[in-house]
This record gives sequence, C-alpha cells and structure tokens, in this order.
Amino acid sequence: MAGPDRDRLSWYEASARQRLDALLDPGSFTEALGPEERRMSPHLPLFDLPRAFDDGIVVGTGQLNGKPVYIAAQEGRFMGGAFGEVHGGKLVGLLRAAVEGKPAAVLILLDTGGVRLQEANAGETAIAETMRAIAEVRAAGVPVVGLIGGRAGCFGGGGLIAGTCSRLAVSEGGRISVSGPEVIETNKGAEEFDSKDRALVWRTMGGKHRRLIGGADAFCDDTVSSFRTAALTLIADAPAFDLATLDAEQARLRKRIERFGECRDGTEVWAKLGVNDPDAVPAMDTRVFDETVARVEEAVHDAR
Amino acid sequence: MTLAEILASLFPEGHAVTVADGLISGEGPFERGRLRVIGVDGDTPLGVEGALDLAGHVLDAVRAGDQAPILVAVDSDSQRMSRRDELLGLNECLAHLAKALLLADRRGHPTVGLLYGHSAAGAFIATALATRVLAALPGADPSVMDLPSVARVTKLPLDKLQEMAKSTPVFAPGLDNMLATGAVHAVLDPHKPLAPQIRDLIAALPERDERDRLGQERGGRPVAQAVAESVAQAVAGRVRGG
Amino acid sequence: MESLTFRHTTTKPLAGSKLQAITGVVASGNLEILLERVLPPDAVEIAIATPIAGYGQVWEAVVADFVARAQPGGVRISINDGGARPDTVALRLLQGARLMEA
Repeated sequence: MAGPDRDRLSWYEASARQRLDALLDPGSFTEALGPEERRMSPHLPLFDLPRAFDDGIVVGTGQLNGKPVYIAAQEGRFMGGAFGEVHGGKLVGLLRAAVEGKPAAVLILLDTGGVRLQEANAGETAIAETMRAIAEVRAAGVPVVGLIGGRAGCFGGGGLIAGTCSRLAVSEGGRISVSGPEVIETNKGAEEFDSKDRALVWRTMGGKHRRLIGGADAFCDDTVSSFRTAALTLIADAPAFDLATLDAEQARLRKRIERFGECRDGTEVWAKLGVNDPDAVPAMDTRVFDETVARVEEAVHDAR
Repeated sequence: MTLAEILASLFPEGHAVTVADGLISGEGPFERGRLRVIGVDGDTPLGVEGALDLAGHVLDAVRAGDQAPILVAVDSDSQRMSRRDELLGLNECLAHLAKALLLADRRGHPTVGLLYGHSAAGAFIATALATRVLAALPGADPSVMDLPSVARVTKLPLDKLQEMAKSTPVFAPGLDNMLATGAVHAVLDPHKPLAPQIRDLIAALPERDERDRLGQERGGRPVAQAVAESVAQAVAGRVRGG
Repeated sequence: MESLTFRHTTTKPLAGSKLQAITGVVASGNLEILLERVLPPDAVEIAIATPIAGYGQVWEAVVADFVARAQPGGVRISINDGGARPDTVALRLLQGARLMEA
C-alpha cells in the first residue's frame, strides 16, 4: 500500500498491523517477537478461547519521517485489545529497551478494554509494570506518545497508561475512561449512566471531550495521516518527567475539579470552558472543532 | 490488623498520621528520620478528589527532598464508579497519583506499599501497584474484579470459574494469587513489630522492577519475564538514538 | 479447542518470494492465517486451531478446494479460528496466498 491510500486509511477500521504499517515510513518496520514465534497465551486454552499468534499486540522498531521510533500497536478486535500475560510482557519489554536504546520516541497505539479477565492478575500487574517503565523511559528523555482512536477505545488500566504518557492524540472514536459505561451502569444503575446512550458516552469520555478539558493534547481525523502529523508534533513538544511537570499537573487537575466539579454533563463543562455552541460540539468537523479548541485555555498545557 | 494497630506497630513512639474521608496522610519518626504515610482506609473507593489529595502529599515530600521513605497503606475499594469522576478525568487523576509515587521513588524516597485490606482495579494500580516494593498483611484481599462480576462479563457460570480458579492463580482475586503473580513481594508477620519489617524491606529494595521475575519463580506468570526479555533483546542495538 | 492438520501435495510451488505473511484477526466470525514458506516446493500443510469442534469435514473440503485452486506448494499455513464461516475461511486463504505472491 503506498501514498494516498495509506494516508486516508481509517484508523478506526484498520487492524493494528495496518495502522502501524501505514503510520511508519514504508518498509521501515521490524517486528520483535512476531507471529511466527508463536508466543501465545498460556491461559486462554483453559477457557476454550482461541489464541492469536501475537497475543493481540504488535511491537517493534521503525522510522517516522526518518526518526527512529519504538512502536506498539494493540489489536482492539482480539479479546477487546485487553492486557494478558504475553500481551503485557511484550509492551513492557519494548519500553524497558527504550531506556537504553533511546529512540526519538515510543509510540503506543492504544486500543484496549483494559485487563483481560481470563488473565486478570497477570494483566493488572503488567499494566503497573508498563506505567513504571513509561516513567523510566520519560525520565531518560524519550517521549512516550499515546495514539487513541480504535474500536475498543482506551478503558480501565489502559486509561491509566494513557495518563502516564508524555502526550496523547485522540480521534472522535477514541474514548478514554477508567470504568466503562456498562460497568458504571451495572454497579450504580442506569440513572447514573445509561450505557446504551451513545451520545452520553461520547460527551463523557469521547475524544472531543477529552481534548477540550485537556485530557488529550491533539485531536485527529480518523485517518492515519492525521495521527502521523499529530505524533510528529507531539514528539517535538513533550514535557519532562519531573517535579515541575507534576506540580503543574496537580494545579491544572485541581483547577478543573474546582471549575467543573458541579457539572452534570459534558455540554455543561464545554459551556463553562467558553465554547459558544456546546450542543454543536459532537457534530463539529475537525476544522471547526480545532478552531473551537484553540479558544479553550484548558486544552493546551505542558502538564502531563 | 486495623489501621490504628498498624500505625501503633510502625510508630511505637507515636505518630501524626490521620484519616479524613477515608484518606490517610501524615508521618511519624522512623529509623533516624521519618516515615511518611499516605493511603486509603475503610474500603473506600478512590475518586478524583482523593487521588489529587494523596498526590499532593507525595509531591510535598518530593519538594522537601529529605529522601524519607513513603508508606502507601491500602484498604480501598476500586476506583469510584460515577459519571462525574469519568467526566472530570479520573484516568488522569489516578495516573497522576501513580506518577507522583514513581517520581518520589526516582528521587530517593523509597516507596513501600502495605496492603492490609481490600483493593481493586484502578485504585490498586494507582496506589499499591505504583510502589517499588509491595508488602501485604495476612487477610488482605486484592482483586481485579470480583468473581460474580467476572462470571457476568465472561458469561461463564460462577461455579465453573471457582472450579477453574483451583488450577491457576492467574485470574481469581486473593492475596495468594497476587503473590504468585509477583504483584505482591512479601507477606509480613502481624505478630511481630512492623517497623523492623518495613525497615528490612527498605534495606533490600530491588534495583529494578522484578515483579515479572517473581511471577516466573512462583509460577503465577510463567512466561511474562521471558517474553519481556526476548522483546528487549530483539530490539536492543537495532536503533540508536539520543 | 479442536486441532486439525491437513497435508497435500501440489504440482508447483506458490509463486513469489515472500517468506511470510499474516492476515485476518481472531475475533467472532473471523480468523487469522499465518503463512510461512518453509516446506519443500510441492508440499502444503494446513494446521487449524478452532474453538468449534465437529466441523472437520467442512474444514477438509474448504482446504482441499483452496489447495487445488491456489497450488500453494512450499507453504505451511497456520490458522487461529474465531468461529468463521466457510466462505470467510476460503476468502482469507486466498488473501493469504495473494500476499505471499506479492
């Protein structure tokens, strides 16, 4: 696949391999622990569940506009992109290597429902190991950029990994949350969260809301080229992992709760952010949305 | 042990650790300096405010720069499950708390987790699992998700899951399983004074994250360490930047 | 889980020089196929792992049909099935062969 087809590829519809292949410079990707190694889940057979040769994550090295990068891409359609033992181990190994290898950046194409329940304890621990490893990579001066826009979104422990990255790029389809809509509804009732109300899901945890309140640093079209542009911009502008950054993050998150803590809905938050026509936000195309974001103070910061 | 008993055992000469709205903060004399304590008590869910409160204390410690260790004492529920918490960016707030602990650890403040009650999911990751070494007391009950909920989501009968849990520690809740996985380093003895046990953990801090090695040794995660090693070796030397 | 393996001989090797290809995703109604050019040029092996037991004869027929059509000599094909219908399987196999011929 070459040229315009690669660039126009829908991020949401693409597989992990297609995203990664179209994002990086053509032919530059070298996979680590590829499918031919058959390092599959030792646990799924107990549940009579089919396995994937790569356990649902593709990791390796490549180039982005000539810059060396390490990259991991989750396959959101395999077990919901969820973290199992091998899946998590591959991401952790890639990150640990980045501390020594010092690429220009580590890119994590997050597409995950969180922990794989069939391997819950392994998945949860791997997520914690991932977060510790990301801190080490950042402290070594290497930006870690998360790209979120797939079918599974970025839920549960994945949401915490996202919050650990130096920078985040998100598209419309990229929902980020800790408890998913169904989990909130099951535990607290439909009054608290009607998980079937798609518009509510998007207003609460969708890409546009996250971008507006400063939960993500770039908003992308559902195209590979848009994510590539965002990744390059964010790599060049990543905050350090230090006290100054975390103090600034403490202040902006405190301020966010003070300002919006009484809001019941995303639309109320956007109105308070100064968005002229908050009800129009969900339908805004990227150009209009970017103009809207440009007028929102909370959206641009170096505090992640 | 209750939190009061734990604190009395950690600080036989007294302490200034308090609990407000289920959030623990404060410090007490320890070794030749002090031990700071943060955490969650009373099986309380961790929401946006709580995460920021605890993170603030950790950042204050980093600012003080005295390299005093930080104990993260945990008896929490999961993350607070609400529309409001997600609207306000709970993922950022919980990650921020974890980052604060990871920074403190890097800046010479050994972080030690002490799981003495429940903990689950996002709260577990942001507190106990963000420490350099995680200890537990017998009776502690960490989980990712309770089995009845797992049964509902996976559409498997609960009794079948309970049966399967007998043959593998990889998915069911419980301290033994988290030990086997390598998430919990050690179980302390509640019948002996806690201060020396914590002191010994700090004296023997792992240089690097060895949880996957523990998981391999104990059988809870037979392949994670080897997989991480294989990827790291495959990638090493291929790309030189920086 | 059921495992099935079928071996065939072909009149010629699969065209092209690609050594390996992978296509598809293990998801409901879908499957992933890994192709490796590792066998003698007139040999084909197809190994299948599927969570749906009892369809051995259907798999055998789909595989035999594909082998006759594509003549993928020299290739070992490994399948992780997520419960795909026969026509999806046939399509993926042909997609895989095409990737190897590139």
